[in-house]
Amino acid sequence: MESYLNLFVKSIFIENMIFAYFLGMCSYLAVSKTVKTAVGLGFAVIFVLAITVPINFLLDTYLLQSGALSWLGPQYADLDLSFLSFIMFIAVIASMVQLVEMIVEKFAPALYGALGIFLPLIAVNCAILGGSLFMQQKDFSGVTESAVYGFGSGIGWLLAIVAIAAIREKITYSNVPAPLRGLGITFIITGLMALGFMSFMGIKL
Amino acid sequence: MEEKTPTPEKKTTLLFVNKEREPLFSKKNRKLLSDPMDDNNPITVQVLGICSALAITVQLKPAVVMSISVMAVMAASNVIISLLRNLIPNRIRIIVQLVVVASMVILVDQILRAYAYDVSKELSIFIGLIITNCIVMGRLEAFALGNGVWKSFLDGIGNAAGYGVILILVAFFRELFGSGKLFGFQVIPDAVYEMGYVNNGLMLLSPMALITVGILIWIQRSRNRTLIEKN
Repeated sequence: MESYLNLFVKSIFIENMIFAYFLGMCSYLAVSKTVKTAVGLGFAVIFVLAITVPINFLLDTYLLQSGALSWLGPQYADLDLSFLSFIMFIAVIASMVQLVEMIVEKFAPALYGALGIFLPLIAVNCAILGGSLFMQQKDFSGVTESAVYGFGSGIGWLLAIVAIAAIREKITYSNVPAPLRGLGITFIITGLMALGFMSFMGIKL
Repeated sequence: MEEKTPTPEKKTTLLFVNKEREPLFSKKNRKLLSDPMDDNNPITVQVLGICSALAITVQLKPAVVMSISVMAVMAASNVIISLLRNLIPNRIRIIVQLVVVASMVILVDQILRAYAYDVSKELSIFIGLIITNCIVMGRLEAFALGNGVWKSFLDGIGNAAGYGVILILVAFFRELFGSGKLFGFQVIPDAVYEMGYVNNGLMLLSPMALITVGILIWIQRSRNRTLIEKN
């Protein structure tokens, strides 16, 4: 239990998708003009990350890794399909996003109204594929661990985008040098926030 | 460039949208190559493909390898999607694009693993992340789906070059000030260190990549006032 909690905190603060690895920066910069839309996209990211990382974990352990196919029979034991992982992961992500979109539309129309436009965007969000690729590198021991990692990374992403959206809402009232307005100042603020997040380094529960 | 001598073109209407004869490097086509360098730079103006641009710019060598990989992937996938553009149903185009890009990236990844193993180790997941690099998808959506093969090819090369320029600039400053080296060779002479110069370790950390790009945007926009945003 403690190790899960540790992993959870680590994936939110220390290995924050945006501040430590810059994953999902494109939508982070494009959708952070108001807090409301930022929250919507953030929840959609949590949702999709928490689903796709465990699924890709299962896919990786039982299908793609070298020797993963040994459950089919001894003659498949030395097969290594790991070169297919990119295309498998992205296919899972794209189809999951499509599926999630349909399910949400059917059962939670209010949520669909809120998330609607963001869901298709998420298929090409680097944070989602990045989550699966990091999962592959980290050699998790079980599905739960990978689910915790996916969920935690999603929360970290939500935290980052809501924070920058709030700052950007306020900064419209201040006098920024003209060439820095918009994109430039957002980059520099994100850099300063990332410096702040570095202070979480080394925290262990 | 010899734009004065138009190369005779074959009459393949599939390859070119506009049937009127146009030299291969006409003014419009050259603009496709030069525009992304400054006025329409994918990173500083279109805000595409930031994710990988920031993470791998600690040193010059991975940045150069990354730019070349992105260029190969973009040119190839732009050409393929442009060839298929009339066959892809609109509803599933995103998945088709992802599959094409992913197969190109797998090719690049395997080639890098075979011929430049240590660099590919250093780039780790970021080669895989070219798949979701917004530049590739963005240009496919915005350009290759509606334009001919040769134009799409030029657009891919041009945008990848614009991306590479920023990548290499950021990596240059970070490696120079962060570790006093370029491409892994020491360039700041020992005498300077003896006078008390110290490498700025902060440049090697991830936040400085963001701030460097922010400053590059500042410089570019104060030179080119038309790019300034309202707010």
